Amino acid sequence: MKLFKEFEDKLPENILEEVKANLPDKCSESRTRKILEAVYKEYKSSVADPGENVGLVGAESIGEPGTQMTLNTFHFAGVSEMNVTTGLPRLIEILDARKTIKTEITEIFLKKPYNEGKDIKEIAESLKETLFRSFLKEISINIASLQMTIELDEQKIKNAKLTPIKITKILEKSVKSFKFQLEKDKPIINVKSSSKDIALNEIYKLKESIKDIFVTGIKGIKQVLPVKRGSEFMIVTAGTNLKEILKLDFIDTCRTTSNNLYEIEKLFGIEAVRQAIMNEVMKVLDAQGIDIDMRHIMLVSDTMCMSGRLLGINRYGIVKEKPSVLARASFETPIKHIINASLRGEVDSLNSVIENVMLNQPIPVGTGLPGLVTKVK
Amino acid sequence: MAKKKEQVEHLLIPEHVKLNEKEKKALLEKYNIEVKDLPKILSTDSAISHLDVEEKDVIKIIRKSSTAGTSTFYRGVINE
Repeated sequence: MKLFKEFEDKLPENILEEVKANLPDKCSESRTRKILEAVYKEYKSSVADPGENVGLVGAESIGEPGTQMTLNTFHFAGVSEMNVTTGLPRLIEILDARKTIKTEITEIFLKKPYNEGKDIKEIAESLKETLFRSFLKEISINIASLQMTIELDEQKIKNAKLTPIKITKILEKSVKSFKFQLEKDKPIINVKSSSKDIALNEIYKLKESIKDIFVTGIKGIKQVLPVKRGSEFMIVTAGTNLKEILKLDFIDTCRTTSNNLYEIEKLFGIEAVRQAIMNEVMKVLDAQGIDIDMRHIMLVSDTMCMSGRLLGINRYGIVKEKPSVLARASFETPIKHIINASLRGEVDSLNSVIENVMLNQPIPVGTGLPGLVTKVK
Repeated sequence: MAKKKEQVEHLLIPEHVKLNEKEKKALLEKYNIEVKDLPKILSTDSAISHLDVEEKDVIKIIRKSSTAGTSTFYRGVINE
């Protein structure tokens, strides 16, 4: 309809859709216009005014329900097999943009034929990081001949779709100073040193280090859990390595995500991080049954992604980016900031709120703003 | 010129469009600002790796928003 086109610039898409859906069956053009104009008036009056301190309102709106949250998050075990950080600890983790988070989780969605549940266990198992340790039956060392014999677990090797020969090759690749020889028709590997004079403790060292050799799967994936969500099957993993996971051909690369924000920043860019922060925060809040308006969280995640890089809300992140010396000093470690500023000869143009509060001047917020806009002098 | 890379597709990534000179000028005039006043995006950002951007370009981002349906956002390109 023509009329709706006219209002496209003025009203957001969602509101237009809603008006369109709720119009009476017989509605003349002039009446529709009246309705739209009334909606526009209402919309305009509810938009945040220029100079409104949205950050403060946002901080209070998130902070107040946040205090309710602390009490009931202390122990949160037994809901699923995997332990997930939730509640306040997780919220702090997200907003601080921590590099290492407590529980990394990847949600892997599968492509069409694979997500129907057939062989889901095998697919999941093939992703898991498997070390040489899990294929072992026994390691024995012959002190007299300085040799080591490794007995492999054939059943486990079969389950992982490997052969003893392949495993021997992997061992040869990762340990250069020893020779590995597979016995015929038996899953037993004989290990000998390549050089003749060798200390006994080196063999003992090898016995320990050989257990941690990476054999198959994806590095970093510690635990896998196939789950059914809705009508499709997917895999949830503890530990994450999105870069490697996305290379696999049976994975739906469009929906697979992890909860590590830095990983998302690297692979999908800053806009994806903004969305991910919102999703992760909402997930925490929903689990706690706390209702915070989405717009406050949007503001937070917008602020964290303003500079093109992911920055946490702490003195190493967005506070460090503030141009004003006094604003930085008022947050944390004031002496450090003031000393550095005086060494560099920084100038504070007193454009923002906190430095004007310090100097007992009107702050450029709300009714204090117009004076600055029109330049009274 | 660097080899053109394939676009990264993901549910989390909204549509990124590079503005041409005319659109860029109109945008900056409308808000009476310079490119450096806009929120930033790194030139190495993987969401714009297929776009062939330079410093001071403006990227238009069309987000899907839960409150407004779609919302547009602009970012100025900076080098790392």
